[in-house]
Amino acid sequence: MTISVPSPPTAPVWRLSLSPPKAVTADFDAVSLLDVSRHFGRRRAISRLSLTVNSGDIVGLLGPNGAGKSTLIGLLATLVVPTSGEVRFGGETAQSLGTGLRRRLGLLAHELHLYPELSARQNLQFFGRLYGVSDQRVEAGLTRAGIEERADDDVAGFSRGMRQRLALERALLHDPRLVLLDEPFTGLDDRAVGIVLDRVRELAAGGAMVVLATHDLDLADGLVTRVALVRDGRLLADEAAAAGLRARYRSVVGHA
Amino acid sequence: MFLRTALLVLRKDFTIEVKSREILYTTLLFALSCVLVFSIAFVKEGEPLEDAAAGILWIAIEFAGTLALGRTFERERYGETLRALLLAPAPRTAIYVGKMLGIVVLLGVCELLLVPLVALLFRSPLFAEPVLLVALLLTGTIGFAVVGSLFAAMLVRARTRDVMLPILLYPMTVPLMIAGVRGTVALTQTPADPTSAIMWIGLLACMDTVFLVLALWTFEPVMTE
Repeated sequence: MTISVPSPPTAPVWRLSLSPPKAVTADFDAVSLLDVSRHFGRRRAISRLSLTVNSGDIVGLLGPNGAGKSTLIGLLATLVVPTSGEVRFGGETAQSLGTGLRRRLGLLAHELHLYPELSARQNLQFFGRLYGVSDQRVEAGLTRAGIEERADDDVAGFSRGMRQRLALERALLHDPRLVLLDEPFTGLDDRAVGIVLDRVRELAAGGAMVVLATHDLDLADGLVTRVALVRDGRLLADEAAAAGLRARYRSVVGHA
Repeated sequence: MFLRTALLVLRKDFTIEVKSREILYTTLLFALSCVLVFSIAFVKEGEPLEDAAAGILWIAIEFAGTLALGRTFERERYGETLRALLLAPAPRTAIYVGKMLGIVVLLGVCELLLVPLVALLFRSPLFAEPVLLVALLLTGTIGFAVVGSLFAAMLVRARTRDVMLPILLYPMTVPLMIAGVRGTVALTQTPADPTSAIMWIGLLACMDTVFLVLALWTFEPVMTE
């Protein structure tokens, strides 16, 4: 599944973007990182990494702290620009697809992207309106997050688990094609973990591409359909998920 | 889409501020304290220093504005919501314009209290030409917010943002401050000089346009990691 196609360095285009977003004419069926490197000063966060995620995949991005998982998520989310190489969404670059591409991306980052001063409903309504999502879907999101009874309470008063569930619904509110989850199980109790696992499987069954960065090998085992093992910004293995993920991780990455 | 997104961001900032009132109160208190302290220094036996009112009004606006800029973007840093905004399917410059308009509104509210206070404490005829005064304050405030919002957004992830913001912002806004002060002096002198004031307002409007075009051009690249 690994593709290694050398490509010229990508330079960000400076432009005045006052025009309306270009519509994405068709949903992309695959996302490819092609020989992507990303340096921060002299530090190489990602080094010549190639990876393709296909429709229906749940890719577990696994590796120790500082392996480059969050940078990879940032690259796929178009928030981080590669120093060299390309990220292609169904054969197109992020620049050629324009702002409409971001309508098809959903990101749940380690930081939850919620305003603590606003209520749960206000948070979802704000982001929903940015994405052109109806208020009915906002209400459905609140119900799925299991916080409809506290929908008008400020997020500042929520537990980490409640915030995490709300943040997941915020990320999925607009029915994204590429779902990027960075440590989605942080702070969740067993019941909430079960809800998130079901939600991820449901998204993949619906044709979404899911990339899941996590340290929790036990939760990843049985959920992910493919495993990408990374260390020091390099892809060590990209393979179909099989039983005994922890042992495989230990043999490739070195420790679990 | 552009305007809708900018207004959504403005409305969101407004909702947060109405709930917390944190930035308005701190900014206002700081600006009013600044004017009071200056009035103690520059008003001797009821006689203010000539043209001091104009300088103090704009210094208070600039200091209060810097405080407001820092706090406004600090909110976007907490929870990394700025990243979520940048990920939205809208022109990223619309996010910038929304944040910038929030600063303009906030400073406008501060100025509603600052101007009468300066007029009172410094016995300055600030309301002699009210339309020109509003135009002068508006163009000056927009210019400050345009430059300040860009720098505050750039520095949002920097550890030294509190120190760096004034270091970058004040030299850049010196021309705006000079035009603002000279325009205000033209309005408060006896007799008022509306022709000069209009010239300074025109100059401020030109600087606003140049700064806005530069900010819109550079916002997306500076915000991309």
